[in-house]
Formats: sequence, structure tokens, C-alpha cells
Amino acid sequence: MRGYFGKKTTLAAALMATASMAQAADVEVLHWWTSGGEAAALNVLKDDLAGQGIGWQDMPVAGGGGTQAMTVLRARVTSGNPPTAVQMLGFDITDWAKEGALANLNDIAAEGNWDEVVPQALQKFSAYEGQWVAAPVNVHSTNWVWANKAIMDELGLEEPQTWEEFTAALDAAKAAGYTALAHGGQAWQEATFFDGVVLSVGGPEFYQASMIDLDPEALGSDQMKEVFDRMGVLRGYVDDNFSGRDWNLATAMVINKEAAFQLMGDWAKGEFLNAGKVPGEDFLCFRFPGSQEQVTFNSDQFAMFAQGDGVSDEQAALAKAIMSPEFQIAFNKVKGSVPARTDLDASELDACGQRAYEDFKAASASGNLYGSMGHGHANPASVKNAMYDVITAHFNGEYDSETAVEELVTAVEISQ
Amino acid sequence: MSQGAQGRRGGNDWLREALPKIVLSPSLAMVLIFVYGFIIFTFYLSFTDSRILPSYELVGWENYSKLFRIRAWDTAVSNLVIFGGLYIVICCALGLALAILLDQKIRAEGFIRTIYLYPMALSFIVTGTAWKWFLDPGIGLQAVVRSWGWESFTFDWIKDGDMAIYTIVIAAVWQTSGFVMAMFLAGLRGIDNEVLKAAQIDGASNVALYRRIVIPQLRPAFMSAFVVLAHMAIKSYDLIIALTGGGPGTATELPATFMYSYTFTRNQMGIGAASATIMLMAIAAIMVPYIYSELREKK
Amino acid sequence: MSSNASATVVRTGAGSRFVIYTLLILFCLYYLLPLYVMVVNSLKPLSEIQAGGMMALPDEWTLAPWASAWSTAQIGVEATGLRPFFVNSIVMVVPAVAISTVLGALNGYVLTKWRFRGDTIIFGLLLFGCFIPFQMVLIPMARMLGIVGLAGTVPGLIFVHLVYGIGFSTLYFRNYYQQFPTELVRAAMIDGAGFFTIFRRIMLPSSGPIAVVCVIWQFTNIWNDFLFGASFSDFDSQPMTVALNNLVQSSTGVKEYNVHFAGAIMAALPTLLVYIVAGRYFVRGLMAGSVKG
Repeated sequence: MRGYFGKKTTLAAALMATASMAQAADVEVLHWWTSGGEAAALNVLKDDLAGQGIGWQDMPVAGGGGTQAMTVLRARVTSGNPPTAVQMLGFDITDWAKEGALANLNDIAAEGNWDEVVPQALQKFSAYEGQWVAAPVNVHSTNWVWANKAIMDELGLEEPQTWEEFTAALDAAKAAGYTALAHGGQAWQEATFFDGVVLSVGGPEFYQASMIDLDPEALGSDQMKEVFDRMGVLRGYVDDNFSGRDWNLATAMVINKEAAFQLMGDWAKGEFLNAGKVPGEDFLCFRFPGSQEQVTFNSDQFAMFAQGDGVSDEQAALAKAIMSPEFQIAFNKVKGSVPARTDLDASELDACGQRAYEDFKAASASGNLYGSMGHGHANPASVKNAMYDVITAHFNGEYDSETAVEELVTAVEISQ
Repeated sequence: MSQGAQGRRGGNDWLREALPKIVLSPSLAMVLIFVYGFIIFTFYLSFTDSRILPSYELVGWENYSKLFRIRAWDTAVSNLVIFGGLYIVICCALGLALAILLDQKIRAEGFIRTIYLYPMALSFIVTGTAWKWFLDPGIGLQAVVRSWGWESFTFDWIKDGDMAIYTIVIAAVWQTSGFVMAMFLAGLRGIDNEVLKAAQIDGASNVALYRRIVIPQLRPAFMSAFVVLAHMAIKSYDLIIALTGGGPGTATELPATFMYSYTFTRNQMGIGAASATIMLMAIAAIMVPYIYSELREKK
Repeated sequence: MSSNASATVVRTGAGSRFVIYTLLILFCLYYLLPLYVMVVNSLKPLSEIQAGGMMALPDEWTLAPWASAWSTAQIGVEATGLRPFFVNSIVMVVPAVAISTVLGALNGYVLTKWRFRGDTIIFGLLLFGCFIPFQMVLIPMARMLGIVGLAGTVPGLIFVHLVYGIGFSTLYFRNYYQQFPTELVRAAMIDGAGFFTIFRRIMLPSSGPIAVVCVIWQFTNIWNDFLFGASFSDFDSQPMTVALNNLVQSSTGVKEYNVHFAGAIMAALPTLLVYIVAGRYFVRGLMAGSVKG
């Protein structure tokens, strides 16, 4: 392996030396969930562990969807003092597993029958070369459209089923003086559009080829040019002040009837609920037109860092608690996502949540569950960010569609 | 030129001779290891295929050739030239102007000085949101001026890829110009008033007084200001993250944000190290002659 | 150091004085504006902020955001507010500033009064160290701290700040001591006073102004640091800036801007206080040395 420590044994030795620094029977958890709802949900986990006599040492580092936390993690691991458990996304887990830094959770997984209840698409990240290394907490899906129902009723709009119907609806909203599409100009938000648009243009095969397999032919194809053209069309429905706007402020525009639609992951639901809006009555949620069958997802997981020789009792307890049906339901109710296992009763979730859970199970069963490029589940961080650069430059008018396609091919090549 | 060595000779002569060096050595050792050692380490990393963690497999010049093919790097470098240049010039000009104004026997000088100086105490983690609001055309300055009745007033630089870098300059100048003002004020207070009085008697105008006599004497203050400002410009990171996050697009990317993003966010540590190496060489190209000339003169 | 600390003798007429005052006051507004935005919005209920009007005074004044930021806001799993992190920051900042100032003073003393072959090169090396971008040193520093067993500890964090603060401390004191009459030191040497005696009896008593400059500089930089604080601290030693970042950057959920602003001002209070209290000595300190050649 090309690890920093030369050999895995050195790493293990370094970790063993410091394992004694953390008190026995405590877990130190690095995460970036610091908002009220998320923290309340984590508290469920904390209390569960406390019941087993295991203390919780909290190490929150918020910012940038976990990028700050990942930097801190790098420093902690390099110094031989890694946290016991770390919140992680997608390819980060795989990268750390490659370095040989993660503990093997196979015994706990076998006991909890994780192989059966966790969808294959998730296992791609939770397990590395046949070893379970992380416990998935939730599944967010990203190809949602959020709509203000009052505007749709006013304009006599139906849920659009195709790209053409969607642009017609956007036109109608624009003509009526609304901001048709609420959007925040940050790279990841534009990449969230991109997920849906790629699916709507070329279907799942094209998504697989271009976003996951990174096939240069698919990346440089005419279909990709069509994708960028559609991104340009969407750009036309966004207001002038979009640059740098936080996603929740864009959601607020839909809530306040300033804007008709927003393309955003299911976490947007929390904003609607907090504002006292009722799903189905005040706002609607539906899949990005042209990607109804597919679910693009991202999944927060907790990876366990090896403590000496394998997994500690506390880590085992934590992993077990994360996968327990009670925690999965309690957490995802608050977070707006769906449980990471397919065998639960979702009646406690709200209307959008139940629909999402059904979609998720169906997509999982039919092989239509795809990792979201915009959220680091289709390709590694280096490729993802290279794609971000091109998508966001095109969206901001720096490239035309043709240049964007060329740049995409080069950028992906450089980043690998 | 050990000044004390001519004193008494005795048993602790050696200690007396060596003590200053012993006192200095911990600092020197720290800097040698933790600055220069790390610079060498980074230089080495820039030739390896390091990604998430350092690796020791050499790949030659590959990282450099990749680096120069990345458009964001060009943007970052040219932004640093624009940003650094404007920032240093404006801070110096504004700092000097304010110092001269404040030097005119102003009432409540101490109070005003504190107001000018306080932004230096705040990091952009603290003031970032306020700045972002203020510059946002939807809720900030533009909206406020329009609500006063000037309907066509436009100030949307932060949303404009070509202009956004200038809003960064505005915020950066806000933070440090007061500090530069204090440096110049200190310089002004050190100038001998007798010379000024004599020139006044000779009938020199105020403008001439400042241009001919005062400002040339402020040279050391300019030098100190330059060191502080150059170091701030190169390290500007929080500022960008808080105000624009490098956007719109990559319009406000600076080498520091570029390096961070490649090293940590994108797991391409090799390219990050290559950009750091280039950045350091550029810093050295500017700072080493400066430090050298400064130190030689003072001998 | 015989400079007279009075304002200029340049005379100005009544008309130009009016212009000068107007300009000075306009710039006061420029510098105060962000602070005004923060203070005003920290005293509003959230609904008023969401309704718009960034510059407006609150219709309904409230201290609730301040109370929340201090003791009940969500920082991590537990809703502790910023309070516990204050202590963490102080425990780290005070020793770091103290050691770095003393070390800077000693270095400056050696480099100006006990000169030896190559001392200029050493100073140059120290000075150039100020310009190293911190992002670059993160990983090797973490490795070093791990090797010496200081990873995730407060002493480790203090050490890091010391290493990267020493250049500026030395710069300030060296430039200051350069003005100090060498004859005094030489006379003391002839009288048989030792290295440390001279430092304590002759140099230190007159170092007040530059010590203030150095302390202000180091205190501000170390208190405001985020990168090192986040990377080299443990769950029980995270400094204030990391907590503030957790408060402000929470990923989902309603952004309580009023609480964020209150927290931000709170986090900045110690540095603000240092500037306001020590500010008057600041110009004096700068004047006494660091900006003169």
C-alpha cells in the first residue's frame, strides 16, 4: 500500500500506543451535526450508549458539509490520535479503508444481518473488500423538486413528468412574475441540479457511464452537451442574486411564495416543516422530471477507526446502536432522510418521508439506486471537485456548453 | 563583535560567550525544523503521488504539469496579483491619509483611533456574515440605498465574477487599514517638529511640507507596513471562505484557498504541495531581497 | 527614543478643519458599519431579521439571543452555548502569548546587544518563517506532535502557536531594542553584570510599550486562529473559534442569525477589550521602535 506509515503494522502500532489515551469505555465521535435537530437526534445515540455505561466525548467540527471535519481527521490520524468514530461520506470511507485505518466490523454486521438489510448500493461504501468498516445512519436522496403549492394552483400547474413539462411550468411561473427557480450559487448546489439533469437526458445508463465509470466517451458525448445546454436553460430561471446564497435561503424563497420551485435534497423538508408548512397542502415534493424511477442518494455513515488490534467493545456497541431500528427511525424523522436499512416500518415518518422511503426501497430492489455525484457518492473527492469546477464555471457563464464538455473531459483526466 | 568579551577573564568565560547563543538556539531550532524542515518536506511531497495522506512514491514533475493545466490555478495566481497589489497600495494610501488627518490635533483622537483600529481584533469567522449581508445586493447596501429612494443604485460586485475580487479588497482594507494608520501615526509622531517649523518659516505650503519632508521620513513605517500587509495578503484564507467561498464560480480563488482545497478537500495532496512550493518560491523571490536589503542597511 | 509624542505643528485653517472632521467621521462609519450590523441584529427576534431590514433598529429589543449564545445554544450534541469554550481558549492563549513575548524579548536582546557572527542570517531566517502558509504545515506538524506525545493536548497547541508566532515577536523586540542605547549595556557589562542581570535590570523595565504591541499582536492572532485550534485540539480542549464555527456553520435547520451574531460578538470580546484597553499604548509602542529603522 502507498500509505503514509509505510506498513499497516506501523499504523496499528502507532494507534495502539495512543489507544490508552482515550479512557476505556468512552467513545470520541467526530461529526459535523451541530444544528438543533441533528444534535437532538444524536442524543438518542448518546443516551443509548450511556445506558450501557459508555461515555460520549463530543468532537464537533462544522462547516463545508464535513470538509473541515475531514481536515481535522487527517491531522488527528497523522498524529496517531484518531477519534473512535467519525461521521463520513461516500468515497472518504473507501479512501480511509485503503489506508488500512478502519476497524473491521464484520462480526457485528453478521450478528445484525447487515448484509441483508442494507442495500447493495450503500454497501459499496460501508464495506471495503468484503470488510464492513462503517455503519450507515441515513440515506438522503438528492433528485427532488420542491414546489410552492399555492403558486402551482394559481397557475393551474400539474406535477411535471417530463423535461418539457417542467420547462413549461418554469415559464409559467416566470411569466407570472415569480422567481421560477430558487437557487443558491454554490458549487455543490449546481452539482445537485446536474445529478438530476444527467439522469433526465441520458437515463441511468448514461449516468452510470459518465458519473460513476467516468468513461471519457460518455463525458465528451453529445448527450453531455445536451446536459450543459439544459443547465443553461435552468440558469435562465434563476434570479440575479443567486450567487453565494445558502440553500436554506433559497428554500425560504419557496416557502414565502417568492419562488415556485427548488431543486434540492430531502433535507430541504426540515425548512418547510420548521416554517409550519404541511407537505401536500402547502408544498409538494416530487422527483426531478425524467428521473422518476431513479434515486440519487448520499448516505452519512460512521466509520470506526482501528484501535490496536481490531474493534473495541465500545465501537461495537456504537455500531450496533446506530443500526438499531429505533435509532434509524428516530434520527431520520428529524433529519428528513430515510433509514439506511430496508426492513423497517415507516409509518412514523411524514408523507414526503414515507414516499421517499418507498422510492428508496423500490429503487434499491430494481437497481435504480445511484450514488449522487453532487454529494460525493458517484466518484472520489478529487473527481467530484473537478466536475464542480466545470459545472459551476459553465453555470456562471464562463464556458459555453461545448467548452464545458471539453473542460469536463480534461478536468476529470487531471484529477485521476 | 561580542561587546562583552573584553571584560574580565575567568572560569565562566566560555559560558558568558556562549550564553546568548544558547538563549537564541531554541527559537532557531524550532524555526529550522518546523518552518524550513516542513518546507523541504512539502517540496519533496510535490514530487510524490500523495493523495489523502503523504506517500513516498516519486512521480517526477507530474504534479507540476497537472497544476499548470488547472484553470483555477491561473485564476488564483492572477487574483493574488490583483488582490495583493490593490490591498497593499490602498491600505498604505488610506492608512497614511488617515494618520495625517488624525495628526492635526484632533479632539477625541484616542477614541477615533480605537474605532479605526478595532477591526484588526476581529477574525472573519466573526465578521464574515455581517460582510456577506452588507455586500449582498438583495439585503445589503444596494437594498438600503434603494429604499432611501435612489432606485437605480447598483452595488452587486459580489455577485459578479469580474468584480467580486474587489469586494474582497474592500473587506480586507477594512480590517487592516486602521493598523497601518497606527504605524504611520507612530512614524509621524517621531518626526522632529523643529524641521517642520523651520520650513514653515521659509514659506512652504502644507502640501509641500508633507511631500518633501514628512513622507520621506516615513520610509521605515512603509517598510514595516509592507511586511505586515504582504504577509496578510499571502495568507488570506478566512476572508475568502467567509465572503465568497471562492465564487462566483472560481472568480475569487486565491493560492491559499487553492492549496487548501487540493490538499484537504480534493485529496490531491501532491498537487497541493506543488502549489505550495510555487507559492513559497514567489514569496521568497519578493521577501528575500527585501529582508536582505533591510538588514544590510542597519548593520 | 527621544521623540516628542505630540501632534504635528502643521497649521490648518477653519475650513480645512471642517473637511478633516467630516472625513474622519465618515471613516468612523465605514469602520463601524459591520459591527453595527452585528450588534443591531443580535438584539432582534429572529422573525424581524427574516422579515428583512438589515440596517434597521429592532422594533422589539431582546437579550434572549445573547443568553442563548452564551449558555444554551447548540454547539455539538449538548446545548452548552459558548461558555465552556471560553475557558479552553484562555488556558491556551495566556501561556502562548506570555512565552512567545518573553522568548521574543530574549531573542531581540541577543540579536541587538550580544551580536555574533551570523546573527543577521538567523534573524532573517526567523523573519522569513512568518510567511509560511499555515495550511502547508498541518500534516507534518500533526506527525511531529504525535511523535513527541503532544497530540490533542493544550501544551501541544501552545507549542504550535509559539513556533509560528516567534518570528513576529522577535521582529518587534529586535527593532525596539535596536534604538536602545548600547552604551548602557556596555557600561553594565564592564561593571560585571551578567547576561540575565542586564536583561532584567536594564532592558525589561523600559520594554513596556513594545511588550504591549507584541501581546496585542500575538493575543489577536492566537485567539482568532481556527485552523490549528480545530486540528490539534481534543474533544475537551476545542477553542472558542471552533465552537463559534460550529454554532454558525450548522448544516441544516433554521439559521438563528441573531444568536450567531451574539455569539460572534461574544467570541470577539476579549480581543476587542485588549484593543480598547491597551490601544492607547499601542501607537506609543509602535512609535517607540518597531516602525523606525
